[in-house]
Amino acid sequence: MTAGFAILALLTVASAVAAMTLRNLVHCALALAVAFAGLAAIYLQLSAQFVGFAQILVYVGAVAILIVFAILLTRSGEPVAGSVFSGSWIAGVGIAAAVFAVLTAMIRSSRGLARRIPEPPQAAVRDIGDQMMSQYVLPLEVVGLLLTAALIGAVLIAMREKDRP
Amino acid sequence: MNWIVQHLWLIPALPLLAAGLTALAKQRHRKFAASLSIGSMIGSLILSCLAFKDALQHSGAGEVSRQYLNFKWFQFGDQWLKLGWVLDPLTAVMLAMVCFVGLLIFIYSVGYMSHDENFTRFFCFLSLFAAAMLGVVIANNLLLLFICWELVGLTSYLLIGFWYHKPSAAAAAKKAFITTRVGDLAFLLGIAWLYSQAGTLTFYDHGQGCLEKDGITKLVAQATAGGMAVSTGIALLIFCGAIGKSGQMPLHVWLPDAMEGPAPVSALIHAATMVAAGVFLVARVYPLMSGSPGGIPSGTAALQVVTWVGAITAVFAATIAVAQTDIKRILAYSTVSQLGFMMLGLGVGGIAVGMFHLITHAFFKALLFMGAGSVIHGCHDEQDIRRMGGLRKFMPLTFATYAVGMMALSGVPILFSGFWSKDEILHSAHAWKISHWPFYLAVFGALLTAFYMTRQVLLVFFGDYRIALGRITRTEQYSLEHAGVPAEEHPQSELAGAPHESPPSMTGPLVVLAVCSVILGFIGTPLWPWFQSFLTGEHLRFDGHALAKPDVLFTMILSVVVVTIGVGLGYWLYGRKPVATAEEADVLEAIQPEVFTLLRRKYYFDEAYDWAFVGLNRWWAKACDWLDSWVWNGLVQLCAYVVVGISWVNRVIDEYVVNLSFDEVCRRVAGGGNLLSRLQDGRVQRYLRIIGIALTGLVLVLIWGCRS
Amino acid sequence: MTPLSGYLILSAMLFAIGLAGALIRRNAIMVLVGIEVMLNAANLNFIAFWRYGHNPQALTGVMFVIFSIAVAAAEAAVGLALIISIYRHYKTTDVEKINSMKG
Repeated sequence: MTAGFAILALLTVASAVAAMTLRNLVHCALALAVAFAGLAAIYLQLSAQFVGFAQILVYVGAVAILIVFAILLTRSGEPVAGSVFSGSWIAGVGIAAAVFAVLTAMIRSSRGLARRIPEPPQAAVRDIGDQMMSQYVLPLEVVGLLLTAALIGAVLIAMREKDRP
Repeated sequence: MNWIVQHLWLIPALPLLAAGLTALAKQRHRKFAASLSIGSMIGSLILSCLAFKDALQHSGAGEVSRQYLNFKWFQFGDQWLKLGWVLDPLTAVMLAMVCFVGLLIFIYSVGYMSHDENFTRFFCFLSLFAAAMLGVVIANNLLLLFICWELVGLTSYLLIGFWYHKPSAAAAAKKAFITTRVGDLAFLLGIAWLYSQAGTLTFYDHGQGCLEKDGITKLVAQATAGGMAVSTGIALLIFCGAIGKSGQMPLHVWLPDAMEGPAPVSALIHAATMVAAGVFLVARVYPLMSGSPGGIPSGTAALQVVTWVGAITAVFAATIAVAQTDIKRILAYSTVSQLGFMMLGLGVGGIAVGMFHLITHAFFKALLFMGAGSVIHGCHDEQDIRRMGGLRKFMPLTFATYAVGMMALSGVPILFSGFWSKDEILHSAHAWKISHWPFYLAVFGALLTAFYMTRQVLLVFFGDYRIALGRITRTEQYSLEHAGVPAEEHPQSELAGAPHESPPSMTGPLVVLAVCSVILGFIGTPLWPWFQSFLTGEHLRFDGHALAKPDVLFTMILSVVVVTIGVGLGYWLYGRKPVATAEEADVLEAIQPEVFTLLRRKYYFDEAYDWAFVGLNRWWAKACDWLDSWVWNGLVQLCAYVVVGISWVNRVIDEYVVNLSFDEVCRRVAGGGNLLSRLQDGRVQRYLRIIGIALTGLVLVLIWGCRS
Repeated sequence: MTPLSGYLILSAMLFAIGLAGALIRRNAIMVLVGIEVMLNAANLNFIAFWRYGHNPQALTGVMFVIFSIAVAAAEAAVGLALIISIYRHYKTTDVEKINSMKG
């Protein structure tokens, strides 16, 4: 466990926790952006450079902003009276803890995890492009379709309904 | 087979057709009904005369000639039931008599029933009766005879109860029907027995009939359990039917009550035809009675029974007639008595003797009844002889004809037919070898006959009219009161309420019958016994010395003496000092009140029957009613309760078990749905929670699955 | 070098945090945020396995994650559009109040 990883991990976890628990939604959105950035750094550490930059471009640049826009459009930025947590938050925390426990137990007890640490792979953008155009061209096209559909759908759903005269 | 024998069936068919058409006519079509009925009777009379002529032509050959026509009616199994008609001397004389007397009575009824509003119905029933009676006469088959016999009974019920709104008339009709039914039951048993033994019910059928030689010998040869010949047993059963129909003892009780019917009905039914049917039946099945195919009497048990029953009835009824006060009732008992004479004659003397008296009796008894009807009509519906008297001044023609009839019935010698026919009976009774007691009884009966007829004639026609003139009769009184005239203003003229002579339509037939009563005697005298030879087939010869034979002379003189004593006794008691008032007691009653009352009350026969049979019936009806209302009703109620109980159980099951279970299931399903729908409340966080739990659980299962 | 299990535990932790947030928060947008965090945790898992796997030349993990990011972006867009639409109708983004399907 290197120091860099520990710091980044701590940063990511803390900002994720903050994103989940802060009262002001805008603060949550910002904390979320920090969490995404931390994750991007971890990707860089794992030699997945393209993914890291893609993460920043998409998540921090688009999704987080989108969330901020949504917060603005739904007036959720105003202070909320009462609790921000639902009534039975203990059950939720419990379930999350149970899931975490199970996953950790699985990871810990697994013998299939490799002990030897291999060399960092080469994930050049050219290779990624080659792969995408040859082996993964079908998912690429489908994702294109999906994005188109999502675009149209989002516009349609969010469009203000025409007022009937 | 000549024309008349083939078409003999027309004789009863014509009155039947008339009856049918009259039944469809309305009550106001009087002329139509009367002319149709009389016309049909004229037609039947003409045909009967043709038949008589035909029978005459075929007779005299030494044996009785019979012509018959049988046809097959229906088949059952491989046997055919045959019906048919027969024309022999017996049939011929009966046809002629029934048609002739019937026609006269029809004409008489036109006048008698002219005031009645049910004129058309009366003629319909009369025609039907005539048809049935003629059917009985020509039948060649015992079954056909029985059918027409029952029809005769039915029509007599309809005619006796013609004025059905009078309770006494309705009761009398019922009594007649039921009493004759008792006899008919035995008759039916006899028919069944005969059929089972002989295999056929046809009388004459080319040697195969039950009355022909082979049939009779077979029946005589067989014996029943009691040692009696089968033919005798059958004959006795059939005779029971004749007892009922002819009013012999003990089934005589209906005949006097049957006087409730109108006078033409009494004349037709109870003088000439229906009661004669019983005698005719005995004559028809005489081979069964006597055990030999001819009409010759023999000493069989059946004929002995017939003789004794007839003799006892003759005396019994005559004694009752002495004490009666209703003009028609005297004649009714007289009929019963004379029928007894006829049965006696059949038993001791054979067919010819009995039938001769039947023919003569038909004429003078019809004459007497119609004369009584004329008297009743003239006295404004008064029937009690104590309230009459001196009527020969008011109704001379009726008196003359009535006197002729009375003398014929009493047996006044030489001129009148009754003398010759009764003499034949006495002669045969005297010659009977088995016992002399019927002869003594017959002589006593003849004496009584003369006595009571004299009494009746003296009380009705001689003396003074016992109802005060100037006072109107009850019927006129009622009609005046109904019109609203108070009692003080009723007319009090001298001649109001006086008896009057009847119209010619009523007196005409009386005269005709009176003439016949005289003439008919001469066809059967010992000098020239045409009637007897016609019926029995013996050779006819004029026997000038017949009257001089000792036994014939003896009976003739004896009957003259008897008649003289009877008439003289009557005159001595009733004629010398005429009865002055209506309320005065009868002379005989004064002498012997207890005996007189016994006779007046008909030996209490009706009371005895009422206590015994009617009482038994009433008790049985009560018992059945108890059974019905307690036992059967109880069972039915029980069944009803069981059914109700079952249905209640059904309802309970349906309501509680089925409905509840079904409803419970439905409710549970709805409840379950309700519960399940709570999972779908749109709360996404709950969904997520459940997914999380499920994920945890699944992973745990996988871990442990992999581990083990 | 950090072993693979470290990354995996980190990913599990992030997943749990995201799940907890999705389960706890009342605001619908925060539920979506939690879902995004969960998705990211999964992405991290993929990259970790690719890095420490035995065939990194196939670039399987990377491709997967690229597509996952694309899909997650689309899904976030549509989801937020839905939330905006719901907000317009119900005038609230509180998930506890959007329960007219109840029973």
